[in-house]
Amino acid sequence: MTTTVYVPRDSAALAVGADRVARQIAAEALARNLPVRIVRNGSRGLFWLETLVEVQTPQGRVAYGPVTRADVAGLFDAGFLGGGAHALNQGLTEEIAYLKKQERLTFARMGVTDPVSVADYEAHEGFAGLRRSLAMAPTDIVQQVLDSGLRGRGGAAFPAGIKWKTVLAAQARQKYIVCNADEGDSGTFSDRMTMEGDPLMLVEGMAIAGIATGATEGYIYVRSEYPHAIATLNEAIRNAEQAGFLGDDILGSGRSFRLIVRKAAGAYVCGEETALLESLEGRRGIVRAKPPLPALQGLFGQPTVINNVITLASVPLILARGADFYKHYGVGRSRGTLPFQLAGNIRHGGLVEKAFGLTLRELLYDFGGGSASGRPIKAVQVGGPLGAYVPESQWDLPLDYEAYAAVGAVVGHGGIVVHDDTADMSQLARYAMEFCAIESCGKCTPCRIGSTRGVEVIDKITSNQNRPQQVILLRDLCDTMLHGSLCAMGGMTPYPVLSAINHYPEDFGIEAPDRAAA
Amino acid sequence: MTETTHTAEPGIAASIAAAHKDVPGGLLPALHGIQDALGYVPPDAVPLVAEQFNLSRAEVHGVVSYYHHFRSAPAGRLLVQVCRAEACKAMGADALLAHAEQRLGCGVHGTSADGQYSLEPVFCLGLCASSPSIAINDEVHARITPALFDEIVEEARQAS
Repeated sequence: MTTTVYVPRDSAALAVGADRVARQIAAEALARNLPVRIVRNGSRGLFWLETLVEVQTPQGRVAYGPVTRADVAGLFDAGFLGGGAHALNQGLTEEIAYLKKQERLTFARMGVTDPVSVADYEAHEGFAGLRRSLAMAPTDIVQQVLDSGLRGRGGAAFPAGIKWKTVLAAQARQKYIVCNADEGDSGTFSDRMTMEGDPLMLVEGMAIAGIATGATEGYIYVRSEYPHAIATLNEAIRNAEQAGFLGDDILGSGRSFRLIVRKAAGAYVCGEETALLESLEGRRGIVRAKPPLPALQGLFGQPTVINNVITLASVPLILARGADFYKHYGVGRSRGTLPFQLAGNIRHGGLVEKAFGLTLRELLYDFGGGSASGRPIKAVQVGGPLGAYVPESQWDLPLDYEAYAAVGAVVGHGGIVVHDDTADMSQLARYAMEFCAIESCGKCTPCRIGSTRGVEVIDKITSNQNRPQQVILLRDLCDTMLHGSLCAMGGMTPYPVLSAINHYPEDFGIEAPDRAAA
Repeated sequence: MTETTHTAEPGIAASIAAAHKDVPGGLLPALHGIQDALGYVPPDAVPLVAEQFNLSRAEVHGVVSYYHHFRSAPAGRLLVQVCRAEACKAMGADALLAHAEQRLGCGVHGTSADGQYSLEPVFCLGLCASSPSIAINDEVHARITPALFDEIVEEARQAS
């Protein structure tokens, strides 16, 4: 009997040698005359266990990890094809505590299926939402998204349904759906995982958005740093077209939707929606002033829904199970789940999908197992490179958009980067300003000039040149950037800077009493 | 990186540009096509691209120079990218970058004298839970130590 063995094709698995492991398994199986079928699945998101090899047994899928090429012969010797005992045996995958404690809605198929197989996708609730949408009036689809409480998962947390409603109501010859897949934030990888591990979910979400708003064309703007994601998406799109879920006359419904993947070119600011549109139009990715809103004058001047990957990928389930099902998860006005991404100096880094409302402390210790270095955790940057550094005094706040905003922090895209006590917060603050100086599009003065001056002022503070005055100057500069920048690039760079100086003044050579004034 | 005969470059660039000129927003795909084929976007190609797209040379130059991904000069045979973003910094990326400079014999944004390596910083490869990470000619590698870095670079050099 042929045994099915799963070896992930996710970049994080490839980066630790998954291809070699897959080849070695094939070679050993051949040499031992054991029939094996290797499926290249997505990653479960338990990255410290990659390469996580799974074997289909009558009891369920048994996990082995982290497997290297050198381990493969020993695994065969231990009878791993039958789930045999071995030092790397992690038991049934679904029973691994890290995975079992999660609430995987959007990531339910992640690591389970073959990412580009339409049949596998359909066997796991795939395209149920699209099929339902095809029988619904566009206004009803939009209403479902509104009722679900889904807010943009890219960072700004704007209600997705309101954008869709605006585009639906707009009159135009052509409308567009644009997927912002320019996931450039350090500490975030849930978009990449989706594109590599369950791309058909994004395809389905975009097709639903098209049917809901009357858009017949969609673009996915993917960063050039993600070549595997681009290749997998293109493969998935071809398969969806062949199966009739994309293209002209979807499933005989008379509705059409085409999808095009566009490769970005390494400009961080193109993750800002208007800069992204400029780039898609073939120009430098420079931020546009709003209004007009992209929903009314977006891509090529036409009404455009622009959402990030996880926002669009959340839609199929909402349509398949209904708004009420989704809305039931979460707290306050933060509904549903967010795939939190545990990264940096953390022992068990990976993807944790949970409903809003859990705390950072739970993520860091219950899931993450503390720092990778074994040293105390000092600072945690939440929400990407423009997010605040959250000190231990705030680790028990519920992760919800409003609760974080109330303390000057952001949940953003759910990226969580952990630093141990060797981190120098003045240097991380300087880095935030330096990053802004490198990546600023240059259109507005607070961001373009402010970031360069910010680096200089921080250098003066750390080298104690007129320190008290320079601290006042830095705060003043941050205030100008916060309130005077055209977009979030300049407008949020002060978050990491101010949080670092407020919560870790000693790293800047400032007396602790300043903490009270913060 | 692709070995090229320099005399063929303008023709290749012009034909790639021509193939994209009617694509909506086709300038970036055209520039990607040129860089994929030639390894860089030669300055000589800029006027040819501008002509196809009915743009000024300044506009095309502006786009090429705006994006970090596009190069105006060929890279070394191996393009080594070291992630400098926060998650990798938290796991020693700064020390790794210093090690890379020494091992490859070139500074950041530089190419080694023998044309073997180019070293570039990169802001996030999406491997933040397995940091620090690098990429060599688009192949990603995670949990990099200086010793592992040397091993991977040597392996890539022999394979290229």
